[in-house]
Amino acid sequence: MTSIPLTRTELDVRSVREDFPILRALAHGKPLIYLDNAATTQKPQVVLDRLVRYYTHENANVHRGVHLLSERATDAYEEARKTAARFLHAAETQEIIFVRGTTEAINLVAQTYGRVHVGAGDEVVITVMEHHSNIVPWQMLCDERGARLRIVPMTDEGALRIDSYEALLGDRTRIVAVTHVSNALGTVNPIRRIVEIAHARGIPVLVDGAQAVAHTAVDVQALDCDFYTFSGHKVFGPTGIGVLYGKAALLDAVPPYQGGGDMIRSVSFERTLYNVLPYKFEAGTPNIAGGVGLGAAIEYVEALGFDRIGAHERDLLAYGTRALEGIPGLRLTGTAGDKGGILSFVLDGVHPHDVGTILDREGVAIRTGHHCCQPLMARLGVPATSRASLALYNTRAEIDVLAGALAKVREVFV
Amino acid sequence: MSSALDELYQEVILDHNRRPRNFRTIEEGRHAEGYNPLCGDRLTVYLRIQGDRIQDASFQGSGCAISKASASLMTDIVKGKTIAEAEALFERFHRLITRSVEDPVDDLGKLSVFAGVRQYPARVKCASLAWHTLRAATDARNEVVSTE
Ligand SMILES: Cc1ncc(COP(=O)(O)O)c(C=O)c1O
Repeated sequence: MTSIPLTRTELDVRSVREDFPILRALAHGKPLIYLDNAATTQKPQVVLDRLVRYYTHENANVHRGVHLLSERATDAYEEARKTAARFLHAAETQEIIFVRGTTEAINLVAQTYGRVHVGAGDEVVITVMEHHSNIVPWQMLCDERGARLRIVPMTDEGALRIDSYEALLGDRTRIVAVTHVSNALGTVNPIRRIVEIAHARGIPVLVDGAQAVAHTAVDVQALDCDFYTFSGHKVFGPTGIGVLYGKAALLDAVPPYQGGGDMIRSVSFERTLYNVLPYKFEAGTPNIAGGVGLGAAIEYVEALGFDRIGAHERDLLAYGTRALEGIPGLRLTGTAGDKGGILSFVLDGVHPHDVGTILDREGVAIRTGHHCCQPLMARLGVPATSRASLALYNTRAEIDVLAGALAKVREVFV
Repeated sequence: MSSALDELYQEVILDHNRRPRNFRTIEEGRHAEGYNPLCGDRLTVYLRIQGDRIQDASFQGSGCAISKASASLMTDIVKGKTIAEAEALFERFHRLITRSVEDPVDDLGKLSVFAGVRQYPARVKCASLAWHTLRAATDARNEVVSTE
């Protein structure tokens, strides 16, 4: 069950940890210290239970049968859509499209909205800190259309250069695509401001929220972004399910993504009429259990509350930053003023891959490599970094183990 | 350090990582670039070949300790060998780092320090990157090979 924290302001981490069965595991005989939350998060028991309950009591195809189970499955799935709409503060539930994840959401927008609006000589603006999934779909579109990809630069600390961004926008800019929180640096981008600047020129904005939704409340109406995307597995939900939010007027005006069942109103060999939102974009049998599980995950974080989660993670980030800065030869990559729980670093004379292997043997799971951000690595002038990424169940004690394990790395190599 | 870690990061490997041998280019010869997309390791292997014999071998690039030490030791060992001999050595080396724990250890001399890699499946590509690149260089394709 969802834990009820002891006070209104503090997260009861001990009880939160009990909600996540995998955190009791050992790794190489040591207690597992999971610091790879930016890659994927662990799942609380309520989500696991919800999946089992769905398959035990509700499983059927959705929107198709008149029988009892089909109604139950449809209800559960559509209830999850409402939960996601509330989570993002969408104006309407039909603005929530279930997809496989952030990657599919961005491809969907590039292939529908993008193909309608981006033509030869036009420009798509992204930033230097994007994940490959917010680069390649736009590159493919630009290649196909003879359009140009323009890149917003950043400072050495990892903050976007808003002045350069503003200067990049022109009459050929058709869309801006930007990450809310950088998976490799932790930078939190000023989305409200970015949207305002684009909207002043009539340009819509897609926000990649993959690294935001597990850590901060998101209000798409307050941000006024046109599209917002996230992956369920990064917010304690199942893999294979994610959300594309889009303003209804924009989604309505573009053609479907894939053709098939569910996305149609009527089909004849001469002509097909497409279904209404959101079904127009959900061809075929969807990931029903995934949607239902995601709904449970969202309810879980909502019950804990983002004020508490945020305060806990800020404390951990400050503590971790101090701990890591105290390690000789360690340099943090990503020190922007507004930062989420990501500790990305390079250690003098030690390749991140070796750091990862040694930490793993201490039970500490981190990610090493380019984090699907090769252009960003080129900008930073490093082939790879090591990254510890935090979530609501991490503790100061775990950071201590991380710091101790990093000291061991130095013993081996220096 | 745990014993598996000791086995992976043997002193010889750490030494070749710190002070890689043959870490230079060869102006007149063949070269090939190797790339490991998983961790971003990038190596260029340079060869001077006369007839079918490798007269000189060197490398440049950046990578983890395992891939750097492997390139360093490899370039030492293949010098003076024929291409066919180097190829045969690669096959034995590959068996050494991928064999199961029960399989008998093949004595590969200095290269035996990489026997510990077999306990780290994620690191097999690091150890074999230099060898894949060597193979590409002997084929003189002058292209980028990838471990994927
Ligand atoms: C910032 C960012 N965008 C997009 C993605 C892609 O998410 P997914 O692989 O779930 O589609 C990730 C996850 O790795 C990410 O961190």
